[in-house]
Amino acid sequence: MKITPDLPSELTALDRPNSYIGRAVPRPNLARLTQGRGQYVSDVTLPRMAHVAFVRSPYAHARIKSIDAAAAKVASGVIAVVTGAELAKIITPWVGVLTHLKGIKSAPQHAIAVDVARWQGEAVAAVVARTRAEAEDARALVNVDYEELPAVTDAETALDPATPVIHAALGDNLCFERRHEAGDPDGGFAAADEIVETTFVFGRHTGVTNEPRAIVADWNPGDERLTVYQGTQAPHMMQNLFAKHLGLEEHQVRVLTKDVGGSFGIKVHTYADEMATVALSKLLRRPVKFVADRSESFVTDIHARDHRVRAKIGVTRDGAITAWEIDDLTGIGPYSVYPRTSGIEANQVVNLVGGPYTCPNYRALARVVFQNKNVMCQYRAVGHPIATHVTESLVELAAAHIGVDPLELRRRNLIPDDAYPAQGPSGIRFEKLSHHETLAHLDAMMNYAGLRAEQTRLRAQGIYRGIGFASFVEVTNPSAAFYGIGGARISAQDGATVRLDATGAVFCHTGVTEQGQGAEAVIAQCVASSFGVPIERVRVITGDTDNVPYGGGTWASRAAGIGGEAAWQAGKALRANVLAVAGQVLQAEPKSLDIRGSIVVDRADGRERIGLDEIARIAYFRPDTLPPGFQAELVATRHYVPKAWPFAFTNGIQASHVEVDIETGRVTLLNHWCVEDCGTVINPQLVDEQVRGGVVQGLGAALFEKCEYDARGQLLNGTMADYLVPLAAEMPDIEVGHVVSPTADSELGAKGAGEAGTAGATGAVANAVNDALRVLGAREITEVPITPEAVLRAVGRG
Amino acid sequence: MIEYSRSITLTVNGEDVRETVEARTSLVDFLRERLGLTGSHVGCEQGVCGACTVRLDGVTVRGCLTLAVQCAGSRVETIEGVSDSGEIADLQDAFVRRNALQCGFCTPGMLLSAQELLASRERAGDGVPSREAIRAHLSGNYCRCTGYQAIVDAVEAVARARLGARASRPLLELEEERAGRPPLEEERAGRPRSGAP
Repeated sequence: MKITPDLPSELTALDRPNSYIGRAVPRPNLARLTQGRGQYVSDVTLPRMAHVAFVRSPYAHARIKSIDAAAAKVASGVIAVVTGAELAKIITPWVGVLTHLKGIKSAPQHAIAVDVARWQGEAVAAVVARTRAEAEDARALVNVDYEELPAVTDAETALDPATPVIHAALGDNLCFERRHEAGDPDGGFAAADEIVETTFVFGRHTGVTNEPRAIVADWNPGDERLTVYQGTQAPHMMQNLFAKHLGLEEHQVRVLTKDVGGSFGIKVHTYADEMATVALSKLLRRPVKFVADRSESFVTDIHARDHRVRAKIGVTRDGAITAWEIDDLTGIGPYSVYPRTSGIEANQVVNLVGGPYTCPNYRALARVVFQNKNVMCQYRAVGHPIATHVTESLVELAAAHIGVDPLELRRRNLIPDDAYPAQGPSGIRFEKLSHHETLAHLDAMMNYAGLRAEQTRLRAQGIYRGIGFASFVEVTNPSAAFYGIGGARISAQDGATVRLDATGAVFCHTGVTEQGQGAEAVIAQCVASSFGVPIERVRVITGDTDNVPYGGGTWASRAAGIGGEAAWQAGKALRANVLAVAGQVLQAEPKSLDIRGSIVVDRADGRERIGLDEIARIAYFRPDTLPPGFQAELVATRHYVPKAWPFAFTNGIQASHVEVDIETGRVTLLNHWCVEDCGTVINPQLVDEQVRGGVVQGLGAALFEKCEYDARGQLLNGTMADYLVPLAAEMPDIEVGHVVSPTADSELGAKGAGEAGTAGATGAVANAVNDALRVLGAREITEVPITPEAVLRAVGRG
Repeated sequence: MIEYSRSITLTVNGEDVRETVEARTSLVDFLRERLGLTGSHVGCEQGVCGACTVRLDGVTVRGCLTLAVQCAGSRVETIEGVSDSGEIADLQDAFVRRNALQCGFCTPGMLLSAQELLASRERAGDGVPSREAIRAHLSGNYCRCTGYQAIVDAVEAVARARLGARASRPLLELEEERAGRPPLEEERAGRPRSGAP
């Protein structure tokens, strides 16, 4: 493969002829999904494929005294029953720590529990059978003798000396602690006229991907290769981990990811039962399939949030914010999740609190503790909903205390749009944000003044409506600063390989993956634009570690900004290669030519010279007609990683408009607005839909979603009938607006957009509910989800 | 383990099927695992999420709450069938144009539910449903990706297009729809479909 230097191009993403950048191009992969022709992992079947069902601990904490599998082993269709100790001979345990999270600690986690089960739902044995039904039948025959141990469930007391230590070798139940102090917090609070202090509680919730986690592992001893079909966001990361823990070379492992039925961060982690499935395939020398059923998903898919944040803000009477302080406590279950760790979210909370504002005086403490509940880790918008909710509720509380309009208080304190580069109170650095412009846009879009007037009018009729806001910043396009520097083999860069086929169409192989967000469309738009073909002539290949450039995959809102830029650059490189061939054929200077609409044209006037199909025909079938010594190169690869900035921060502001029924406590979502700035918008429809989908996940957290545990660590609502998710009838229409501040770190200038909606929605709703009730003298609601019961308590009727 | 099995015959997407199934086998497992019709999805197995929605004798049912043996002698239609017949081509097109699906896992069920709403309103002469009515009807189908607005937009657009085209549709087809029998493919040929929003 030849790497050709880029053309010295004066063209940019936005002025190239026939550019697809900025256009709402429909996604190429949608039609088949509407026809039921998707290829989800749960659809995969292979010859000799066996199915595994896991015996799971009914206790939150228990010693496994014995496992009697005799009856299960002779049950119909059963191939094997395997315990944790037996499987530990095949696959090594792992520890979820990163070196840049100073002091983080965790204990070795096995694919199947050995000796002790540490949460309700942890696998303690595997039953492999010809069918899933037979595996489940035999599972019921496995007799496990447990000794229940005291469960650590309350994060507040997890560090008390009287509380049992979950992993004796660690000495205590502290996973990670971070303290941060910047500016002069004591001086800031001393200068404040008002100090508002409160405690926020964020319920545990979970991703509820529509397709549960699914994996088919196929160890082929004939060619000593492991092929894994997995619904994952990060195929290369998983390739590395499967190889590492099975004692294989990475090239012996192929991870294939086609259609994935929803991810949202749920499918970017290492799951013990998936590692067990891969090990079982190696042990049994045949394909093994595991698809979590919904009851398993609720107790094994990572849970999210579960924070208690004591928080304080200082403000002067004339509306200057003078200091911030937070004390965050979060419970993460018995293990830090591998390999990204369960310390990242709390770390993000510390990074992001106060982020949109100028006030530099900040003190933060975050502690991450172990407990005997399901594991907690990164889910869409990692840390952002917590930090944004805390910051924005503090701002609105402060505004209420000093009698200033909440938008006006923001105007006085948000980082000015002409002050960049700038940094947040934690030291996070911003290249270019647009808080004031997005705020002004939102103000106009929602007719804020009109809504306030209506609010006052309706109160007289006993109708309580509220308006709440949330300004936010979002981490996107991460460099190696996120994971690589901490020792995790998670690629920050991504590659794209573009190749001309024999008819002049192009294939683009990309390291980023399609989770439904539209990566295939965005990659196709970038290649079609920079190379110069109609988008129908671009086929995008994703999700195959044998056949795509090494890359990080899809997480942290990186696919468009990083994968898109790599594809854009690869398309440019292939254009140069093709024009070198065309130059030979046409006896023209390649620099005088361009490719537009699949035709090589004169760059100056667009005169058509020769079709790409003809170039391909000559290069592939009649290279004898090219000059001796000239070799056509019709494949080009480019890689991209952000270099100037560790992260491309985006920003925006959301508003929620709610009506609260003070008789029933019911909150009705009337409207929701979001104005965000993700830099160059490659596909406005896809950005809008990412924002809407993200907002609704935040709305679920605000009003409905919570994993309810009892004091013994039993999940009480682990079904879709009991755990409430947003459905169509409860959701409002969501209006989305944009401000565009491109990053100069890439030619496209695109930043991420996948998590902006989730980052701000929860806080905006909480502010709106409190805004509705404040006139009644209600107690501030600082816990989510906001249930009808909580509303009634707040207004003194509960 | 219960060993009861039963031989059943039924029509699936117009094809005659004769199979022996365990009594406990759900319709969606039967469709997916025995017949390879993997367009119907399994999301919760307790009738909440709607990913397994299929049509049984013209009425949508949860494939996870219906046993295969209950379908003996019945007519089952799945997303594969209604796709091949062209019955929901306008809805599918509108979903694509409006990006009313992201991961697509809920989409087959969502489309069948939407089609049920539109077809029933067409039959009853109820006119274009409000957005609230569309949202209410689709509230048995869980979508984690879109936030629903694009889906509501797509269904609303098709409702307007279909009812606008209603007067020009062949009388035969209207009568047969009222009788509950969908028109055959050859009868459908030439039917105007203007579903693009």
